[in-house]
Amino acid sequence: MSTTLESAPAAARPQQGRYRSTKVRRQRVRAAWTFLAPMLVALTLVAGWPLLRTFYFSFTDATLSDLSNVFFVGLENYLVYDDGQWYGVLADPIWWRAVWNTAYFSVVSVSLEVVFGIIVALILNAEFKGRTFVRAAVLIPWAIPTIVSAQMWAWMLNDQFGIINQILMALGIIGAPIAWTADASYSMWAVIMVDVWKTTPFVALLALAALQMLPKDCYEAAEVDGIHPVTVFFKVTLPLITPALMVAVIFRLLDALRVFDVIYVLTSNSTSTMSMSIYARQQLVEFQDVGYGSAASTLLFLIIALATIAYLYLGRNRLNLGGDA
Amino acid sequence: MTSRQFNKLATRLGFWLLVAFVVVIAVFPFYYAVITSFKPSSDLFRVELWPSTWSLANYVQVFTQRSFIQAIFNSILIATSVVFIALLLGITASYALGRVRFRGRSTVLLVILGVSMFPQVAVLSGLFEVIRALNLYNNPGGLILSYTIFTLPFTVWVLTTFMKQLPMELEEAAIMDGATPWITITKVFLPLMWPAMATTGLLAFIAAWNEFLFALTFTLTDSQRTVPVAIALLSGGSAYELPWGPIMAASVVVTVPLVILVIIFQRRIVSGLTAGAVKG
Repeated sequence: MSTTLESAPAAARPQQGRYRSTKVRRQRVRAAWTFLAPMLVALTLVAGWPLLRTFYFSFTDATLSDLSNVFFVGLENYLVYDDGQWYGVLADPIWWRAVWNTAYFSVVSVSLEVVFGIIVALILNAEFKGRTFVRAAVLIPWAIPTIVSAQMWAWMLNDQFGIINQILMALGIIGAPIAWTADASYSMWAVIMVDVWKTTPFVALLALAALQMLPKDCYEAAEVDGIHPVTVFFKVTLPLITPALMVAVIFRLLDALRVFDVIYVLTSNSTSTMSMSIYARQQLVEFQDVGYGSAASTLLFLIIALATIAYLYLGRNRLNLGGDA
Repeated sequence: MTSRQFNKLATRLGFWLLVAFVVVIAVFPFYYAVITSFKPSSDLFRVELWPSTWSLANYVQVFTQRSFIQAIFNSILIATSVVFIALLLGITASYALGRVRFRGRSTVLLVILGVSMFPQVAVLSGLFEVIRALNLYNNPGGLILSYTIFTLPFTVWVLTTFMKQLPMELEEAAIMDGATPWITITKVFLPLMWPAMATTGLLAFIAAWNEFLFALTFTLTDSQRTVPVAIALLSGGSAYELPWGPIMAASVVVTVPLVILVIIFQRRIVSGLTAGAVKG
């Protein structure tokens, strides 16, 4: 409480306590809900209600051309045993391939982004001439639309005329051009490379913000004691920035689990790189099977929800939702 | 030269090499797109770091396509409207969440965080139905509506952290003068929140400008496309030979404004991105 209130009329009537328990407080709480209402209505319209409808559609035989006249089919879209054969999303090997692809993509690309992000953050944290310029340069991949960066890389990775094949061949690393985006054994790596290029800046910025909040004195102490900088990094810096890195990791992981556009542009609907989002959208839009596609979307939602809940549970002490205003 | 001096020099050299490497990796793909876009189609398939002949043919081809100009117009209209709506709803909501203590506040914050983690594809079929029911399919209105799903939670979240940092005394003075919460927001907080609103508005603009999945699904005809979809769907006469020159020209056209924005506002963008995560 500040001095402003001490001299206020509310203080003259101590039996009513601080202004928080008075008419002003009630007015403020009412205003708060009034102000929240438009946002809550908007979120219900674009997020809550559509999500419920997706759950509902996943138990029906809805098609894209006819969403109103649908029959309830129970769990048939998920899993059904019919005539000695299993059907449904959970029995589809392509779905499981998509789950595996998404998990592989998420783990590998986020790990690489964290490693490179820390390196870039350490560079940007050093004092040197032209730091602002380097920071702007590093931000460029982040600002470029994913679609555009996918096209730019598709051009550089072009099998016949791409610069990457030319460089690798000139250096004698490969003997013949590689079809990066078409060859199943390379296409996932092409996708990961583009994603790492595009999102490392985000991780680097979060790591940099954490680095800049570190206390200076332990570094001075380490320098006086003559401890090697690498040891200082692993024993002091890394443990101190881990909480901030965990936030970056969870943001990136949740983003990577729903990956769509980079894969769609680079490799289209090829099975070797298909993610869960691509699978669900293909069923929904291209095959017009809203029921089946909704079942896949629901499963993706559950996977991401479980990941989020697990994170919130494990890190609930860390994530402060702000008890104080 | 002592070994100590030598070590110091080697470290410095290594550091600068690392800096150069990072800058080249970050900038080169964009640079290569720019020089490709200025090549005449006869030189397109010759790999070189500096074009031997310059040509504007690719840009002429892109800008004579009516659908591409229309796509730029659609993207500007959609991104601007999305920013306006997100800021309008976001500033009032963030006042409630950042300045007032009330029951259910943490729940609302948790819901907002939850929505921002949403996989977009999970609402695709439901949102498709909503958009068709509102008669907004294949219409910029449908995209403006659907983009609030990711811009609004983010805007509210970041503005709330900024709102919390403003001093309590300001608001108390306003309350003592008998100002209603609406007056408090518009007369006291709004002038102070401009920097934060510029930051979040910029980030929301970039997010809406770059969105792809909804734009691809909720539009049907070329005249209603946004820029990312127009670029992704650019294809030449044959399915096997993509028109790389025009694709790169179009990519450069839509990216240059963003790159300029980033260079001008890099400090703001950095603070906005980190406020959304670190302080959250």
